[in-house]
Amino acid sequence: MAERSFKAEVEHLRLGAGDTFTGEGILAITKALLESGVGYVGGYQGAPISHLMDVLADAQDLLGELGVRFEANANEAAAAAMLAASVHYPIRGAVTFKGAVGVNVASDALANLSSSGVTGGALIIVGEDYGEGSSIMQERTHPFAMKSQFWLLDPRPNLPSITKAVSDGFDLSEASNTPVMLMVRIRSCHVTGSFETRDNRRPPLSVREALSNPRSDFARVVLPPMSYAHEQDKVKNRWPAAEKFIRERGLNEVFGPAQAPVGLVVQGGMYNGVIRALQRLGLADLYGNSDVPIYVLNVTYPLLSSEFLDFCEGKDQVLVIEEGQPEFIEQQLSTYLYRAGSSVKLRGKDIFPMAGEYTGQVMLDSLSSFLRQAAPGLLAAVHRAPNEDRPQIPDLTKTVPIRPPGFCTGCPERPVFAAMKLVQKETGKLQIAADIGCHLFASLPPFEIGGATMGYGLGPAANGAFDGGGERRPVAVIGDGGFWHNGLSSSFGNMAFNKSDGVAVIVDNFYSAATGGQDVKSSRADNATKATKNPISKALKGIGIEWVREVNRTYDVGHMRDVLREALTTDAPGPKVIVASSECMLNKQRREKPLMQAAIKEGRRVEAPRFGVDEAVCTGDHACIRLSGCPSLSLKKLDDPLRDDPVASIDQSCVGCGNCGEVADAAVLCPSFYRADVVHNPSRWETRLAAFRARIIGWLQARRAARTLRFEAL
Amino acid sequence: MTLHETLPQKPADPRLTGIIKLACLAVGGQGGGVLTGWIEDMARANGYVAQATSVAGVAQRTGATVYYLEMAPAGAGMPVFSLMPAAGDVDIMIAAEMMEAGRSIIRGFVTPDRTTLIASTHRALAVSEKMAPGDGIASSAEVIAAAEIAARRFIAADFDALAIRNGSVISASLFGALAGSGALPFPREAFEAAIRASGKGVEGSLRAFAAAYEVAQKPPAGAPPAPPAPAVPVARGPARLMAEWQLLEARVAALPAPAAEMALPGLRKVVEFQDLAYGAEYLARVEAVLARDSAAQGHQLTREAAKYIANAMAYDDVIRVADLKTRAARFDRIRGEMRVKDGNLMHLTEFMHPRAEEIAGMLPAAMGARVEASPKWMARLDRWFNRGRRLRTDTLRAFLMLHLLGGMKGWRRRTLRHRQEVAHLEAWLATALGHLPRYDLAVEVIRCRRLVKGYSDTHARGLSKFDRVMGGIALVAGREDAADWARRLREAALKDEEGKALDGALETIRSFV
Repeated sequence: MAERSFKAEVEHLRLGAGDTFTGEGILAITKALLESGVGYVGGYQGAPISHLMDVLADAQDLLGELGVRFEANANEAAAAAMLAASVHYPIRGAVTFKGAVGVNVASDALANLSSSGVTGGALIIVGEDYGEGSSIMQERTHPFAMKSQFWLLDPRPNLPSITKAVSDGFDLSEASNTPVMLMVRIRSCHVTGSFETRDNRRPPLSVREALSNPRSDFARVVLPPMSYAHEQDKVKNRWPAAEKFIRERGLNEVFGPAQAPVGLVVQGGMYNGVIRALQRLGLADLYGNSDVPIYVLNVTYPLLSSEFLDFCEGKDQVLVIEEGQPEFIEQQLSTYLYRAGSSVKLRGKDIFPMAGEYTGQVMLDSLSSFLRQAAPGLLAAVHRAPNEDRPQIPDLTKTVPIRPPGFCTGCPERPVFAAMKLVQKETGKLQIAADIGCHLFASLPPFEIGGATMGYGLGPAANGAFDGGGERRPVAVIGDGGFWHNGLSSSFGNMAFNKSDGVAVIVDNFYSAATGGQDVKSSRADNATKATKNPISKALKGIGIEWVREVNRTYDVGHMRDVLREALTTDAPGPKVIVASSECMLNKQRREKPLMQAAIKEGRRVEAPRFGVDEAVCTGDHACIRLSGCPSLSLKKLDDPLRDDPVASIDQSCVGCGNCGEVADAAVLCPSFYRADVVHNPSRWETRLAAFRARIIGWLQARRAARTLRFEAL
Repeated sequence: MTLHETLPQKPADPRLTGIIKLACLAVGGQGGGVLTGWIEDMARANGYVAQATSVAGVAQRTGATVYYLEMAPAGAGMPVFSLMPAAGDVDIMIAAEMMEAGRSIIRGFVTPDRTTLIASTHRALAVSEKMAPGDGIASSAEVIAAAEIAARRFIAADFDALAIRNGSVISASLFGALAGSGALPFPREAFEAAIRASGKGVEGSLRAFAAAYEVAQKPPAGAPPAPPAPAVPVARGPARLMAEWQLLEARVAALPAPAAEMALPGLRKVVEFQDLAYGAEYLARVEAVLARDSAAQGHQLTREAAKYIANAMAYDDVIRVADLKTRAARFDRIRGEMRVKDGNLMHLTEFMHPRAEEIAGMLPAAMGARVEASPKWMARLDRWFNRGRRLRTDTLRAFLMLHLLGGMKGWRRRTLRHRQEVAHLEAWLATALGHLPRYDLAVEVIRCRRLVKGYSDTHARGLSKFDRVMGGIALVAGREDAADWARRLREAALKDEEGKALDGALETIRSFV
């Protein structure tokens, strides 16, 4: 089960004609899919579209009623491949994943799909993970559309526009026999707002019904000579059909006055940022009525030459506002102008920065710079020659520390990396390859384990060059999510086949945790619609990996270290794989905390553990923190004038995972840590025994106290 | 190029001033989403159109998060709101942690012309601050000073502690502070209605809300109140010991004030560590330093010596740890911290890991030294003792063991460890005082004792850093700026675990000596 339940939100998906939906962008898209009569949906989770998958998973009842099939695909390639159902059947299908990484994985299927062409509308919803808050390399999804010839929508970031793009996307796909990609940025996925809903529609032909009347046509298969025909079909038929549809349906929009010396061409997703900058320059009002003409590309591929040239008519300069690099749109538009022999001057990345997010400041600076150059008459005096007298604000950049994401309180992965750090103290630095997932946080301080990440499920594959072995074995880390996404074949198949001498550690936290705690094949949970409880070790044995060690409680740091040491030193041939399993603490707490509280209320015996530090024993060297980084293990400054350095301190948020004590023991750190288990509703016998002990202990303590000098704070 | 003047110039749309822009910077897991949800729902319920958005991504796992919200009175059409805060264009900035407030200032979201900054002064330390072997904690005072300049209004309090005191979480207290600030055009009831509508933990949230509302309404004048002065420990014990103690106290009182200030807690520490005779020894050492000190420098040398001699004399041995772990006051303190209620029991587990070194250290000095010199004996001791031990100090067996160990103070002075510590202390003091009359250098060398801390490997690493720093100081001792170099070396040694910064500093020294 995912970490957030959308059961309440799912009710919004039942809204009908004339109702108003208020909520998050990503939920609105889900609703729009149902309104468009989608026949099947799927995808692979990842920020910022995880919620879409989670909502669909929680909406199984509704989907069942409508005859819609939901598939939690094994990875993005599987999701894109599923759109094959729309090749021959007039069924609308939609899949979702993140860009650009998910699109990378899906690109094989997307290219084949685009070659074959579609009959039913095929929509790919991509959460473009770019700019602030992104967790991936900074790239654009845009060129995938260019190379495979599918169409790319980038609607204005408000709920009515985004939901309209869903329905337009299906229509466009069907009108041009081409898959359509709907791109939504991080903030658009999470933006809130309202739109008027329509009734949900059952698909005219369901996937179940399609199975009763199978279809095929070899002309659609990507094989010569048909593949040559597909290319011609793309250029001669599908592309013009798409252009016609986009023009006739007015998918792109023009705002502002018809006559002006300058104009702006903006990606739909940039629209609100542009309007805000114009508002601040006094050139647009609250509702976006602009004094500068704006051509909004809700479709960023293909670009319509005639529409663009019409917009340029009568203008001196046109500024393209296109986020990310390289500037594909600007290049294409300048070609259009050149071919038309136009004298309009095209501006873009000469004004805007080539790389990076177009933040409010970038937008304001670039637009005012453009207008100052191209149409100073438009600007009020204050903006023509800004002369601000701001007080000097002290520079805090050296004071404020960075705060990268890290392991949660009680995370079961922390002890795995603490053990690795301890092993490296014995062996020296090891060659360690990382994968994608929570465990990648280990590459940051305090662990600094893992030097590179090559993609999801590719950790051990990234050590391929070192498979032959050497003085010390290479180590790769991969999560259970990565293992099932693609790791089993690409990484472990590769290791097994090449008789790798390397070590791989599979961090198994029972979920696809980094994306929000979705189930994977090895999850321990019962799942009514998915096959869970398939041990990773069994899969490894199945592909011929013999040396497999399972650690079923990662918090046992000493054991974890010993197993790692064994993997690094054993004489056994072939890959050495450790499956380190303990449940993601975030999910475990979410599940167990309410149960525990209920049990305490009902009078059942419950032990609640928490850790503490004796501040008089702690010397403030912080060695424990360098093996932990746990948010609940922090520092405290003492009032004692004799002490220079803050001591370790554990706050209320401690979940008693045990890592502190285990590390203190395994690394022989210090005796400062203690664990206190509060026993709720103890048995009568237990209480009596405790009272007996307390009496004797109390007597001994009092006896010693009476004989010595003690200092007590009053 | 010709300039077209086809469009009339207009001032900014007056309706634009109606947009309220609110940003919230938080640490993942602080409930920034809940807070934004309340504000959004409240705005909509009170005739406003609102738009919220967030950047969570992987930041939900303890990283920095940003929430952003815009609202305007509902009117004829749908306003176009921005999806991200822009520098110089934020009306209300809520920072759920002190360094996040600093980050909001760095990012330009706090400007003197418009921004109300509501910040919680508590700290959630970043890993980089916690990792340093010394004190790597960033300065909140610097952020507060900057905020006073950058914000139009600055409302700061520990909204985290305030929420916890009221059985709630920081989102509720920040919402209360927002209401109390009056920065939004909604009455208090509208805020409370939003909390009630959410239906979760309503009572606690409302309590925290009300408390924060008060704080924001009447922000404390000037700087946040100083923390209460630490309670002064008072001596208790049998009359005979008390009489002796008072004599020692009188000797401290006779010291110059700056030295006495440090010598009194120092004396308490060593007496608690061992006994009154040990306290007298301590004072003798301090007085010996004083004899070579001068009032001209404010007796800084004696003051620093009083501090570090006490720390050196009260070293961390098995007896001290066992004694501290078995005291009644400790048991009571933990019960309080863990909120053990009547009817609950508490199990207490200690994590000990004795090594051969600790065992040998407990032996009589001569014998211990022989054992320590014999690899065979050390291996044997390791075999017998070196393993992690979980001791349940709420049970009799484990308690008795530690209680007995803690009572071995009479034995302590005979042990190998004691002899080693005394030797180290005397060598260090002699080196420091040997630098006199170069006063500053002597003080800096005294302060280097700070490097020796921790247990086992960490302790060994501390000692090695101490030795390297002392070695470095010896190299530059002849120079004018030796004291500066001593300070620089010590600070470098506290920067990282392996001593990379220290190695760098030593390298620099070697390049010019």
